[in-house]
Amino acid sequence: MKVVLQNLTKVFPSRNKKSNEEVVAVSNFNFEIPDGKLIGLLGPSGCGKSTTLYMISGLQKPTSGKIFFGDDDVTELSTENRGIGLVFQNYALYPHMTVKQNILFPLQNLKGADRPSKEEMLERAYHAAKLVQIDELMDRKPSELSGGQQQRVAIARALVKMPRVLLLDEPLSNLDARLRLQTREEIRRIQKETGITTVFVTHDQEEAMSISDIIVVMKLGVVQQIGAPQEVYDSPQNLFVAKFLGTPPINVFNGSVKDGKVYIGEDAVLEVTNVPDQEVMIGIRPEGFNLDAEGPLKCKLSNVEVMGRDVSIVSTHEASANPDIRSIINADNKVDTSSETVRYSIKPHKLFLFNKETEERIYFEVK
Amino acid sequence: MVDNKQQWKAWLYLSPAIVLLLVFTLWPIINTVRMAFLENYKSLEAAGGATFSFGIGNFVKVIQYKRFLTCLKNTVLLCVLTVPLSTILALLIAVALNSIKPLQRVLQTIFFLPYVTNSIAIGMVFAAMFNIVGAFYGTEQEIIVTAGIINNVIQFFGGEPINWINYGSTYAANITVMTIYIVWNALPFKILVLLGGLQSINKQYYDAAKVDGTSRKRIFTRITVPLLSPMIAYVVITGFIGGFKEYTSIVGIFGEKMGPADDAYRLNTMVGFIYDALSQNNQGRASAAALILFGIILVVTMINGYVSKKRVHF
Ligand SMILES: Nc1ncnc2c1ncn2[C@@H]1O[C@H](COP(=O)(O)OP(=O)(O)OP(=O)(O)O)[C@@H](O)[C@H]1O
Ligand SMILES: [Mg+2]
Repeated sequence: MKVVLQNLTKVFPSRNKKSNEEVVAVSNFNFEIPDGKLIGLLGPSGCGKSTTLYMISGLQKPTSGKIFFGDDDVTELSTENRGIGLVFQNYALYPHMTVKQNILFPLQNLKGADRPSKEEMLERAYHAAKLVQIDELMDRKPSELSGGQQQRVAIARALVKMPRVLLLDEPLSNLDARLRLQTREEIRRIQKETGITTVFVTHDQEEAMSISDIIVVMKLGVVQQIGAPQEVYDSPQNLFVAKFLGTPPINVFNGSVKDGKVYIGEDAVLEVTNVPDQEVMIGIRPEGFNLDAEGPLKCKLSNVEVMGRDVSIVSTHEASANPDIRSIINADNKVDTSSETVRYSIKPHKLFLFNKETEERIYFEVK
Repeated sequence: MVDNKQQWKAWLYLSPAIVLLLVFTLWPIINTVRMAFLENYKSLEAAGGATFSFGIGNFVKVIQYKRFLTCLKNTVLLCVLTVPLSTILALLIAVALNSIKPLQRVLQTIFFLPYVTNSIAIGMVFAAMFNIVGAFYGTEQEIIVTAGIINNVIQFFGGEPINWINYGSTYAANITVMTIYIVWNALPFKILVLLGGLQSINKQYYDAAKVDGTSRKRIFTRITVPLLSPMIAYVVITGFIGGFKEYTSIVGIFGEKMGPADDAYRLNTMVGFIYDALSQNNQGRASAAALILFGIILVVTMINGYVSKKRVHF
């Protein structure tokens, strides 16, 4: 089932009547989610991810705009008639029901011709439970389960109705690091197995990048960029997206373009064409540095961290917008730790130019 | 651990409360048990130097009284009628109150008013409402002059006025009035407790239920009631305890005679029985009745506790 969001907007009116400060939680969201894909909705806290999800689910009404499931306009359709499964940020399992009763509950709510027989309900509940590997825990209460198990029960409950769209609101935020890793792989597997169009909300860029087919980066209610994870990483449309994706984060410098040369401080690091002279912000991914004794970028070396396969070099430069510059290079390169300076040449496709005011990307061609 | 020096300080600070508890709570309890087991104990005679032998005669006498059985029957009947009724009504009202946004505060206050008004005064208002006569009240020559508002309403809809509480009224009519009154009186506290419980239920369960396509009725029975069950259990248990101590409400409506004029004490209760025994200076009998009442409340509370352990979640 493809899902289409058309000019979707949500404005929360201000609480007190004196200040007219409305909150624009989501602003003019346009997107066509292809059928059967896993979408990662990504952004910092308060950027409107949950609100978008709740509007797709029907729990919140959009202020304006439309939502389509396939070709059906569902904007006015109530939640229960949309055929969605929703996993809440803190699961919202019914505490007084066993796992089995929790999973059966949506089926028991069905009426008329849709209502399966008792045996079929049980069969479907066990099928859903097997899918998330909790069929051993069917008689426990939610309070007797670990966070990861509860989360899987919540997914089973959302899946058992065979929803047209599955919505997950930061489902991994309560799990420890290892379980997170494991569970996100599982979500990916379940999504692949069922082929249900899925929207997955997270503020963890690594999580979104690792399992999504498409990621949507949001900021203050406005969509910044939509694309395949690698594509967005390799070609961010603005400084925010560039900063938000990637660990360690991108290195940002104050610089300028003069006579077709990109300057960081005094160092001309790259020659480009068709960029007029101007002040710019320069972003360089950590993996965009080559150790080069003759390299144009001269930095003060402060620390070298060996991390097995890679070496992480921490250095400083007066034009850097962050306190440190972090570069990651292959461990085969020997770093002279006794030296005071380190010199780099820059991989052109790992360097991005941004307009100083708008922070929008400036595209260039390497000479 | 607190060392010894601090310990006596702690006791010192506690002593006023302990002394009060000993004098006004513990001693009366012990004394009640003592008096109940002394044959025919009367404090006036005891003050005069009389001694009483140990025995269970007081209990035997209490149980043999026909009036005691009437009191027991009235008490149990009122409990069984009013506790479930008031609990269900309070639950429905609390859910309704919780689901409306405008005027919620105002309505909450209105529903809470009976709690802070005097039950004797309200009883008199109820008596006026259920009244059938204005003149010659309580005599054999009663003339129906005016009817209370309830009978006015019944007549307005073409019904026959019912003699609710006056001379010649039936036991069933009396109990009906008492049930309505006690339920009405019990509602505010129950609504308050249940509303508090409702407001502390996480809204996400309701969102989840909506996503799961749950009908309103099923949301109520499968989600609201189970999640509220600790509060419901609390309200039922305190309701039974209060019900077994029913007394003032009957005085409020029927006066000290505890019944219509032609059948005084027809509606007497356990607590009423204890007061009567006390007013006749028979402390032994009163104590025995009090202990029997205590025993009944204990058993009922234990049954409640047992049932709620099975039915209450968490
Ligand atoms: N019911 C509401 N009334 C008013 N403002 C709201 C309401 N719900 C959300 N908001 C505001 O809308 C904005 C977006 O909220 P939303 O919950 O969608 O953020 P989010 O991206 O899910 O954040 P998080 O990662 O912290 O969950 C926030 O500024 C929030 O304060
Ligand atoms: Mg959120």
